[in-house]
Amino acid sequence: MQTSSLIILIIGLSVVSYLTGRNRAQSSRGKGRLLALPTHYGSMTAMWSALPALILLLAWLIFEPGYLHNQIISSLPEAISSQADERVDLYVNNVLLAVQSGAALDNATIRHSANAYIEAAHRSRMILSAIVVVLCLSGIAFALSRHLTRLHARRRVEAIVKLVLMACSAVAIFTTIGIVLSVLFEALRFFESVSIIDFMFGTSWSPQTAIRSDQVGSSGAFGAVPLFVGTMLISAIAMTIAVPVGLMTAIYLSEYASPKFRNSAKPALEILAGIPTVVYGFFAALTVAPFIREVGTSIGLSVASESALAAGIVMGVMIIPFVSSLSDDVITAVPQAMRDGSLALGATRSETIKKVIIPAALPGIVGGVLLAASRAVGETMIVVMAAGLSAKMTVNPLEAVTTVTVQIVTLLTGDQEFDSPKTLAAFALGLMLFATTLVLNIIALHIVRKYREQYE
Amino acid sequence: MNNTEIVKRGLARRYAREKRFQLYGRCAVMVGFIFLALLLIDIIVKAMPAFSITEIRLDVAVDRATLELPAQGELTPELLDGINYAGVIKQALRDLFPEVTSRKEKKLLYQLVSGGAEFNLHDLLMKDPGLVGPKPLSIWVKADDDIDTFYKLETVTSRVDERQIEFITRLKNEDRIRTAFNTTFFTASDSREPEQAGIRGALLGSFWTLMVTLLVSLPVGIAAAIYLEEFAPQNRLTDFVEININNLAAVPSIVFGLLGLAVFINFFGLPRSAPLVGGLVLSLMTLPTIIIASRAAIKAVPPSIREAALGVGASHMQVVFHHVLPLAMPGVLTGAIIGMAQALGETAPLLMIGMIAFIVDVPGGITDSATVLPVQIYLWSDSPERAFTALTAATILVLLGFLTVMNAIAIYLRKRFERRW
Repeated sequence: MQTSSLIILIIGLSVVSYLTGRNRAQSSRGKGRLLALPTHYGSMTAMWSALPALILLLAWLIFEPGYLHNQIISSLPEAISSQADERVDLYVNNVLLAVQSGAALDNATIRHSANAYIEAAHRSRMILSAIVVVLCLSGIAFALSRHLTRLHARRRVEAIVKLVLMACSAVAIFTTIGIVLSVLFEALRFFESVSIIDFMFGTSWSPQTAIRSDQVGSSGAFGAVPLFVGTMLISAIAMTIAVPVGLMTAIYLSEYASPKFRNSAKPALEILAGIPTVVYGFFAALTVAPFIREVGTSIGLSVASESALAAGIVMGVMIIPFVSSLSDDVITAVPQAMRDGSLALGATRSETIKKVIIPAALPGIVGGVLLAASRAVGETMIVVMAAGLSAKMTVNPLEAVTTVTVQIVTLLTGDQEFDSPKTLAAFALGLMLFATTLVLNIIALHIVRKYREQYE
Repeated sequence: MNNTEIVKRGLARRYAREKRFQLYGRCAVMVGFIFLALLLIDIIVKAMPAFSITEIRLDVAVDRATLELPAQGELTPELLDGINYAGVIKQALRDLFPEVTSRKEKKLLYQLVSGGAEFNLHDLLMKDPGLVGPKPLSIWVKADDDIDTFYKLETVTSRVDERQIEFITRLKNEDRIRTAFNTTFFTASDSREPEQAGIRGALLGSFWTLMVTLLVSLPVGIAAAIYLEEFAPQNRLTDFVEININNLAAVPSIVFGLLGLAVFINFFGLPRSAPLVGGLVLSLMTLPTIIIASRAAIKAVPPSIREAALGVGASHMQVVFHHVLPLAMPGVLTGAIIGMAQALGETAPLLMIGMIAFIVDVPGGITDSATVLPVQIYLWSDSPERAFTALTAATILVLLGFLTVMNAIAIYLRKRFERRW
């Protein structure tokens, strides 16, 4: 049976068991005091029928591919299965392809293995279906055999629901663990072939590995410093735009603007944050970059068509609402008494802002700026579309540079094997990116939280 | 000189400084607005050409001799399928310009119409074989994208030959060329030819991906929020979960793509390019948004309601599911819609899991290969043909339209159901 029809079967059986359990409780109402509502008895019966079966199904789905894979390998003749692992994997893929599309069935070995695979898959499904049905039915039978007046059905049901809620909140932890493990493992495999020193401090980046190992430059160069420099350059341009503009916007909106203007201007600026980054990328690549190039050429500067400046400016604008809303929060959190005190001493409003409010809000603002910086470092689409691919070590904003995120996308969107150092390099870069943004975020969140406690 | 005088002497300068400072603030606000306006205007102007398309009227000879059909007998679908439609269209073009004889000029002439014209004719005849007869069929066929761009924008480019411009002028004089609304853009999927390309495949891909995202992230997000807000004990583990959620909200989206590639595709063996994997990755990304919004909504439900329910004998679980959650639902849904809007515009993680393949088929389910709207934008913006720029901008408008609608619904929900106790 297909997985989907099995799931439908389980759902159907659990609905039936819910109704049975509920009716049993309802019909026995007169016979003794029940410990829970009839619906609780129904829910409990349904859980007994569905949960064990679902857990088994999940486990089966996880382990089935591995089992079938082994079945194929054991069906291969000795001459093939004793070869190197990659060759065997290639063979297994051919067999799977043959099963799916009927290709290469003229090859006797493949046909033999394909038949073995189909048979094993069929057998596995038969066993699975049988066990699922048995589990469902025995679950129902067990639940119905329990004595109603001695069963705390509500407590049981609620305990299970609570477990499910807990598991859902643990997804956040699992996601973090998943991210760390997936980038870490692949990165470690990468560092087996390229030393970590070369990667962190090498100044030449050209990941084009040759197809044949005897070709010139077949190893490629994986020195990531040019990428770090490029990322820094573009982020720096973005921050020089976003920080002053965002901060001044926040100050104006919270200290000067009338409530009416503030209420309409704030959501309007938030639109900037809601626009997908791919749209900014399009704007940067097709409008801003040619414009900067034209202006540059007209005053006699040579500007690359994919200049860091274009990507940086557009990224800066994207981050403005981010900086402004975070600074706005901390500026409004500064107690009114401090403002009043400064104004009462005769300071003008701008003096109050510059000498009292900003210093008081500074930790929070710094935290917001750090969060914005981590955004800029991790931003992908704008730089993929508007920044270049050439890994140059330069701080000239008019030249084309490349960034960590651009390289991750370029390395992983081509068609290549998963195990080549080229793809693994992307994970090493991903690890660097994750670590950098994590550190920035933790520092920023810490500062923001600490600051908030100060005035609360 | 007493203090008052000192203060007075500096006053003018201080007031000027105050004015300047205020002006900087105004300018900063303006910068944001101006950029937003420029962005929107630029995209709308660029998108306009994509909504209309140039068509050329051809009188196609559809008698049996020209179509190389047997003189008598029924027109079976096999017979109609075997017709050389490209040849018929070329013949119709030659009939319009009988003086064209040289090989080079013929080639230029044939390039006037889109390669899709023959398929249109094919579909037309397959649908109604009765059209075959001595009377020539007058049909509007799409012009090639270069001709289309030239005709609509009236700019001469190197991609349009001078001889072709003469052809177009004559067609114009004979009333055989027009611009019509580009329905192909909404009904077709991706294509190498701009005039035959549309966003239907990407739209459906986005739909399936968002469905998966919604079905996974909404229940899990609400459950996590309920647990953290109502049941979680105050301990290290709970703190750790909270720190994780806050951190995940700030992890670059591309890292989630790496996770999807390593875990969902390479470890679990789920299909590449499928909305299933895309949806799972996006749900992990939107989870923090939904959890944070749901927690705020649950927290906003006043304790008096909880206490009243507990007072009449409800269990903690019943209080939460019968009273707190229904009251918090508008806030939860607002958060969910905002999360979905984010997911709809997300591109980078989907590039990682292979949703950038060139896919012509419309995806029929969550395991088919598919692409989504933002990725389609990325793909088209990379294409060298000029007409694709307009298509890209038009797709952006469609995407922004969807985002506007979603956010409007969120704002409406918030306004309509927001209660202050």
